[in-house]
Amino acid sequence: MTTLTAPPAAGAGAPAVRRRSPLSWAREHILLVVTVAIFVFMLLPNAVILWMSFNQPVGKFNYVWNHFSTAAWANPCANPAMCHSIGLSLEIGAVATVVATILGTMIAFAMVRHRFKARSGINALLFLPMAAPEVVMGATLAAMFFNTVGPGGLGFWTITIAHVMFCVSYVVVTVKARLAGMDPTLERAAQDLYATPFQTFTKVTLPLVAPGIAAAALLAFALSVDDYIITVFTAGNLETFPMYIWGSVQRAYPAQIDVIGSMMLLGTMAVIALSTILGRVRAARK
Amino acid sequence: MTAVADPTAGATQRKPAPPDHKPRRNLTPWILLLPGLLWLTVFFLLPILTSVSASVQTGNYDDGFKLTWHWANYGHAISDYGTQYWHSGLYSTLTTVLCLALGYPVAYFIAFKGGKWKSLLMALVIVPSFTSFLIRTIAWETILADQGPVVHVLRSAHVLGLTEALGWTTGGHVINTPAAVVCGMVYNFLPFTILPLYTSLEKIDPRLLEAGSDLYCSTFTTWRRITLPLSMPGVVGGTLLTFIPAIGDYINAQLLGNPNTGVVGQKIEDLFLRQTSGYPVGSAISVVMMVGTLVLVMSYIRKAGTEDLL
Repeated sequence: MTTLTAPPAAGAGAPAVRRRSPLSWAREHILLVVTVAIFVFMLLPNAVILWMSFNQPVGKFNYVWNHFSTAAWANPCANPAMCHSIGLSLEIGAVATVVATILGTMIAFAMVRHRFKARSGINALLFLPMAAPEVVMGATLAAMFFNTVGPGGLGFWTITIAHVMFCVSYVVVTVKARLAGMDPTLERAAQDLYATPFQTFTKVTLPLVAPGIAAAALLAFALSVDDYIITVFTAGNLETFPMYIWGSVQRAYPAQIDVIGSMMLLGTMAVIALSTILGRVRAARK
Repeated sequence: MTAVADPTAGATQRKPAPPDHKPRRNLTPWILLLPGLLWLTVFFLLPILTSVSASVQTGNYDDGFKLTWHWANYGHAISDYGTQYWHSGLYSTLTTVLCLALGYPVAYFIAFKGGKWKSLLMALVIVPSFTSFLIRTIAWETILADQGPVVHVLRSAHVLGLTEALGWTTGGHVINTPAAVVCGMVYNFLPFTILPLYTSLEKIDPRLLEAGSDLYCSTFTTWRRITLPLSMPGVVGGTLLTFIPAIGDYINAQLLGNPNTGVVGQKIEDLFLRQTSGYPVGSAISVVMMVGTLVLVMSYIRKAGTEDLL
């Protein structure tokens, strides 16, 4: 990709062309220092979460370091309500991801592969959910659900419907990017070799777009599981994990929440490491 | 507002598309588009219309709400919550500016100096987002707490007097101040600024920058005359992706602020979920907010001249 061209150009060009005065070297150094400082700012909370997950909190709130303990890690589900809320969030996330990915991928194919009227109108309809403040979407959805199913009708399905709504646009953008970057001659080649449109789609198009669809699904899942504002407006009496955390700030904030936060971080890092290793292994085999 | 009205027209209109250079069945795009667009129409556009109607209703949860064309709700929505509008506008503007100031150097560094570490560094930008943002925001409680490292540093550097005078701290506390709210918001939205900035910076051919220095431009002039103009789409995209969620955000104001840092979002949630007859006024506020944001964003996009953001 771009990495092929960028490093040699920067590496070979810089020393020969640019006269390296100490001043310009210092400038580069400043950029490095600033970048490192901002990375510390961005990563600090994750470090704190990991650190505080080994804390034995003094009172109800795990905000101040007391002393080392593995109690929270030994018993992450000490509060069954928390693990129940996690289960609910994962369930909603799974359903919303499947629906949003299917709907969004279909739209992306239509937008990239077909010509039709009202394209700019459709673009606007897709852009608006990403451009509307979350609290507005939550409030307007709540207003509609109050008027149709009533406050008692809120629950699993109203949350899921809302999550699909705000995920679709992100799926479209992600899949569209992948589709637009695809070489169209590959499909033409398949058709030249007498593949039926269906065969072309399943044997050529789909495998090529699959990484984009997977990325879109991952993004949708992350957006759904992490959503608080829209969820709180559509949840009724149910409590998702973000709602549980929000409530904990008022009730009691156990170290177990930091354990879950650390697990999310470590899990993500494990997945990235695994996919990098798999990619290297596959590259080595070729 | 015409742009908002268009999509409904588009979704229902099913005229066959003009013949393509490749033969295609003309209905196919509409079959692909219909389910998704229907979903967005029913669960995004329709709620907006419902809430416009809800904003002129009166009543309470026990007796139900009636459409009474009670336009006075808008009077309340606009005049009773001046402080909250001011706070939302101030915090989100500050956040956007600070995110750009912090995000640009990071995106620039990764794009031009990242070398083989590029993808690892970008992963580092994104990885924290996979931990619940609420837990990460609450972690700032620990960092900014009175016993925490930030207050300790400020105290030992003897700058608390200065920060006090600037209004960043109150009574030696950092937590539960406007500064803590903005800090949390900058932290939460920084990746949204960095990603589009990086995408546009990464596309710039480094040979253009070399040409700049070949022609005796200083590093700064090269940046100002070449890099900055070419990265404008990223700047516009990044600021939009930051400002829009920031203006509706009330998580940071609630978790890291105090009762005097109230923002519009908190009021909407309060009116909807905790007050028995607040829902019409809450709807009115969200309509005001939506129209306000839309006007701001549209005029910004017009001015910046980047309409093909999607």
